[in-house]
Parts: sequence; structure tokens; C-alpha cells
Amino acid sequence: MTLGWAELLGDAAAPEPEESRRGLFRRLRGGLSRSRTALAERIAAIRFDPDDDETWQELEEALILGDVGVQAAGELVQRLGRRRSIDDLGTALAEEVAGLFGPPPRLDLAHKPAVILVVGVNGTGKTTTIGKLASRLTASGRSVLVGAGDTFRAAAEEQLEVWAKRAGADFVGSNKGQDPAAVAFDAIEAGIARGHDVVIIDTAGRLHTQTNLMEELIKVRRVIERRLPGAPHETLLVLDATTGQNGLQQAKIFSQAVQVTGVVLTKLDGTAKGGIVIPIAYDLGLPVKLIGVGETLDDLRPFDAADFGRALVGGDPGEDTAAD
Amino acid sequence: MFDALADKLQGVLGGLRKSGRLDEETIGKAMREIRLALLEADVNFKVVKEFVESVRERALGQDVLKSLTPGQQVVKIVHEELAALMGQGDSRLAFGRPPTVILMVGLQGSGKTTASAKLALRLRKEGKNPALVPVDLARPAAIEQLEQLGKQIQIPVYRSELRDPVAVAREGLERARAEGIDVLIVDTAGRLHVDEALMAELVAIRDATKPMNILLVLDAMTGQEAVTVAEAFQQQVAFDGVILTKLDGDARGGAALSVKAVTGKPIKFASVGEKLDQLEVFHPERMSSRILGMGDVLSLIEKAEEAIEADDAVEMEKRMRSGEFTFDDFLQSYRMLRRMGPLKGVLGMIPGLGKQMEGLDVDEKQMARVEAIILSMTPKERRTPHLINGSRRLRIARGSGVSVQEVNKLLTARKEMQKMMKHLGKGKMPALSPQALGRAGRR
Repeated sequence: MTLGWAELLGDAAAPEPEESRRGLFRRLRGGLSRSRTALAERIAAIRFDPDDDETWQELEEALILGDVGVQAAGELVQRLGRRRSIDDLGTALAEEVAGLFGPPPRLDLAHKPAVILVVGVNGTGKTTTIGKLASRLTASGRSVLVGAGDTFRAAAEEQLEVWAKRAGADFVGSNKGQDPAAVAFDAIEAGIARGHDVVIIDTAGRLHTQTNLMEELIKVRRVIERRLPGAPHETLLVLDATTGQNGLQQAKIFSQAVQVTGVVLTKLDGTAKGGIVIPIAYDLGLPVKLIGVGETLDDLRPFDAADFGRALVGGDPGEDTAAD
Repeated sequence: MFDALADKLQGVLGGLRKSGRLDEETIGKAMREIRLALLEADVNFKVVKEFVESVRERALGQDVLKSLTPGQQVVKIVHEELAALMGQGDSRLAFGRPPTVILMVGLQGSGKTTASAKLALRLRKEGKNPALVPVDLARPAAIEQLEQLGKQIQIPVYRSELRDPVAVAREGLERARAEGIDVLIVDTAGRLHVDEALMAELVAIRDATKPMNILLVLDAMTGQEAVTVAEAFQQQVAFDGVILTKLDGDARGGAALSVKAVTGKPIKFASVGEKLDQLEVFHPERMSSRILGMGDVLSLIEKAEEAIEADDAVEMEKRMRSGEFTFDDFLQSYRMLRRMGPLKGVLGMIPGLGKQMEGLDVDEKQMARVEAIILSMTPKERRTPHLINGSRRLRIARGSGVSVQEVNKLLTARKEMQKMMKHLGKGKMPALSPQALGRAGRR
């Protein structure tokens, strides 16, 4: 069964409309009628013969084409090779992919306020993700405040404010060039004073190689922790699904700097299916918590490993929603 | 940026270089390593296959086996093929009857808005009179973003009250014509290549503005998908070139290799930093050298040229190549380096240093101390460093307020640099310890 918001947020299960779940899978597959993923296409084209080395090599290449990476592709192929029999290659592979991820993710919101820090390189969709997440959290009955910690990019504050309004969330603004740690501090102060359930803090996109900017981020985290011990309760790394092998490096360095607790995989509505999260989850043990599958408010979803596996390798979509 | 790939190829071909003989097995081994390295660098796997095949064919060819140094021959072949894959020569923009329109297209988050502002600034530096028109009506505050950037660089941004991107673009073009603007940069909304409605809108904007240049803005961190994206944009709007963004990260940038190979369109510019003047012309040959760890002397010299007088640049290059390196040169290059921007980026361009720069942090403050030490030397001492004996060292240390040890470190650093320059002149690069380099830059 596809993971729902209630499970992710640790709420008593409010039944989610079947339709929204069904729609999700279709979206996740990304207009499949028109554009099957290159990876799915290749896998579908493989005439699978376990005794033929060529087949295994084709399979490995297909996985590499999905940005899974040379190492993780090798691991997947090995795992498949250990299976006694394979009825359907796509289904078997999807299962192995799902198996590389840990247990279903949870967002830790059992604090008042729960603080979520959002980080990532430039252009991955941090601000948009925050807008959608805030909207989802207010819909779940929580009061939310968002803090505009991106004080570098032109008009980042304005962009977040628009999203906050749409989501019905409280907003703490900032001035351009202001110390982002001070903005984070103000946001938490305001969150506590106004009795909000969740405080989400945006940060400027930064390349993980820029030492001074990573130092700045470490400071933001430190200031948050000092103001509210135990916070941030979630530090989410936003990762673009089109990212290649550099994503692993991003995850590694951001984790070292600010102890990332989960990944948000965005822009899954294209043909890229974000295979890079496989080595991220497998090598670094970093859970994927949310996925972005489109531009509207509802297009942020809890990550479901089985769905992801099927979408990536193009398993049969007919049964999975029926299996709910 | 491509450092990791360079390291890998260096690792494989370094061994090949030493072995005088080249057989099918050695080549096969090297090719497997190259294939793996390129795949890990996100080069599209079809491109990798073809690349490795053409290198193998040439490497096994008669001329290689007959040559005295087959290992070096293979390095040369890989270098040439790599450069060929990325395209030939640097590519200029096309200009017609003003206003020339440049249409910026790409996926969400690839950096179109920032690249638009950077390109405008670059064009103005070249003597053009550019303006910007934001037709991204989808993303919240996208127009404000471009307006704020425009204000920073004092380039007009044509904001419109219209709600249709095509109409906004058309209006911008009319304004540009009326105001005597010669280049109009149209910043479009990010869109997925599979979104038919939005791609159709892009075609409509193109038809309304008749751009001389359509530039695809592509994130250097893009994975295998780069090819799919480039092919789709190519089919639907037929772009003329690529701006590669976020190249200042450590992405190996395989996307750069793939896109040219599959679309035939050159990468024209590379964005190498967050500051608005950090958009550079993309040089495939230089990038190829860089991938192979041969360094990027040309770019280095070009940067130097921007920072120093032209005569000095020629003189500097001559000196670098002659292997002569006095404290006067030391001081001059130090000052030049500091004008050229963050030291780490500059040093990364020096042949053979890419690998050694890893984990090395250059303390910019320490550089001021180095300058003080050199300034405490007499002109004669600077020209002929071997004169500097114990008592002179003591005097220099006192004069610059540092310990004798620090003076000693600097003396050693100069020797190492001179050694490096000598090798550079011969086109070889010795392994240089980070300590040796660090001596000059930090405690």
C-alpha cells in the first residue's frame, strides 16, 4: 500500500481518497503513455536470460542510464543474480530497488514547535517544497510558520511569502544580505511566542563545495540548536531528480555539515526518475522522505519505496494500485 | 570541477605512460577504467561507448604501436577525442539587425534568470547595450528576481502588466526597438521537456521574437538525463548553444561532454560562481586538457591578462615557461593571483595541481605575510635568492615581523615553484606535495 501522509506525519490514519493514491502512481510514472523513462524502456527491451552474460551487462547499463551509479547498479545486479527464478524482470528489479531503502519514512513532528531546516544546492526547489509542505501541514490541522532564511538570492523572500500565503502559514521575513542565522533565530522565537506547531526554515541554495557558505549553514544550525535544544528536528536535503552522480557528494557533504535527516526528491514529473537516491539511501543510509511530482500544492507526497522502484524500472502499473 | 575524472584518467594512463609497450590487454584495461570514470562522471553511456570505441581503435592503430612512447600516444589520443567530443573552438553569439534577441530556455532550477543577468552584464562589458525581459509568469517572484538583478548591474528590465508570456515578449521587443537597445535577453519560465503545453508556449515565444540565439541553460550536475533534455529542446525549439551552470561545484560535468555529442550544439558559456561577473566563455580544448590533468594554462593566462597589463602577461608567460622564478616573479604573481579572485580556483588551473588542491585550504590572510616577507628583502636578494644567508634571513624576519622559520618556509616554497615552472616549461609536471604549496600560502 502506498505510504500516505498520515503515516508519514505519525497521525491517526485519516483515510486518503483512493483516487489520489491512484493518481499519484500515474504522476510518478510521468505521463508514461508519451514518455516511458529511458531506463524502463531499456529494461522492457531486454530479453532476459539469466545464463547470458550479455543480458546482465545490458541490465547494468540500463541502471546506469537511470543515474543509479556504477556501484549500486552492480549491487542490484548481484542481488538479482542470487534469486532462484525471475518471472518478470521489471517486477523483480523493482523489488530489489525497494529493498535497498530502509523502513517507511517518518517526519518527526512530536515537538512544539517542531523545527524543520531545509537545505540544498541552488535550483533544486527548496522554496517550492517548503510551500507545498507548509500547505500539507496546515491541512493536517497544524499551525505552521515559515522563515525566509534565503537572504542571498534576489526575490527569494518574496517567492516564499507567496507560498506562505497560499498555504495559510505565518511568515517571518528577512532583509537581503541579513545573517540567515538571525532569521532562523527570529523564526523560532516567533514560532514559540505565537504557539505554532511547526517552524520551517528556508536557506539559500549553496554548492556544497563552497566552504564559507557551508560554514554559514553550520552556524544557522548551531543557532537553532542553541535557541531550542534538540532542534532542528528534521533537516531535509532537497535534491533534483535530474541530478547525476554528484548528488551522492551533495548528500555526503551536507550530512557532514548539518546532519541531514532525510532527502526530498523533486521534479519527478519529468523523465528523470532520480536513481541517484539509491546510492544515497544505500551507501549513506539517508532516508528519502518526500517526493515532488508536479507544480501544484498537492504534488508533494510521502516517499514510498515500492512505488519508487516500480516507477524507476517500469514495472507493471496495473496491479500496484489494485493491491492497495 | 572535472578534477575527479582527471584523477582517474591520470591513474590509469599514468601506468600506461610508464610502460613502453602497448598491447591489446593493456589498452583493454585502460579503456575499461576510462569507461567507468566517464560513467561516474555522468557522461551519457551511449556517448561513453562510442568514445571508448574510437579511442581503442586509434590506440591499436599502427602509428601508435610503432611510436617510441605508446603510452603518451594514448594520452594524446584521449585528449584529442575528448576535445572533439566537446566540440571545436569557442563559439560566439550571432548578432543581426538590432535588437538581437537571445532566448533563454531550460528546465526549472537550471539557473536561467541568473544566467540571463550574467550574460547581459557580459555583453555590456563587450560594448553592447542590452536589456532584459522576464516572461516567467509562472514562478512566484521570478520577475522580481530579475528586476533586482537588473538593478544591481544597472541594466533595464522590461516588466509588463500583461499576463500572457508571448505578449510580454512581443511588448519587450517593441520597447527594445523604441529605446535603441541592441540586445534583448528573454528569460523564460523553467519547463519540463515533456510538458507539451509549455513547450508549445516556448515555440510561440520564439516565433514572436525571432531570436538569433536560443540558449539552453543546463545544470552541470545533471546526470544521464542531460541527453534526453537536450534532445527534446533541440527537437522542439532548436537551440543554438548551451550555457553550463553551477560549474563551480565539484560535479564532474559529464553533461558537457554528452550534450555536444548528441545535439551537435556547442557549449558557449560556463557559469563558475554566484557573482554576476562569473560567466566565462567555454573552451572545449582547455576543458579537455583539464580533464586529463594537463592543466589549463591558457585560462590561467587569460585570467591573468584581465588582472594585469598585457605586456606583463606576455612577460609572465615567458617567465613561467623559462623556468626562472625569482622573488620578484613570486611577488608579482602573488599580487596578480590576489587580483584574479579566490586563490583556490586559480591554483586549480595550474597543471598537475588539481589533485593536490584537494583538502588544501589557502589562508588568504597569510598571503599578506608572504608579501611582507618579500618586501623586506633587498632588490638584489629578490633577484638572486641564493644570496640569502643566515644573517640576511634574520634581518628579513625582523623587518617583516615574522619568525626565521617562516622566512625559511618561503625560501623553500620559491624553490619548489621554480622547479614547477621548469617542468611546466618542458610540459611535464612533477608531483608536488601539498605541504610545499601550503608553505607559501599558510603557516
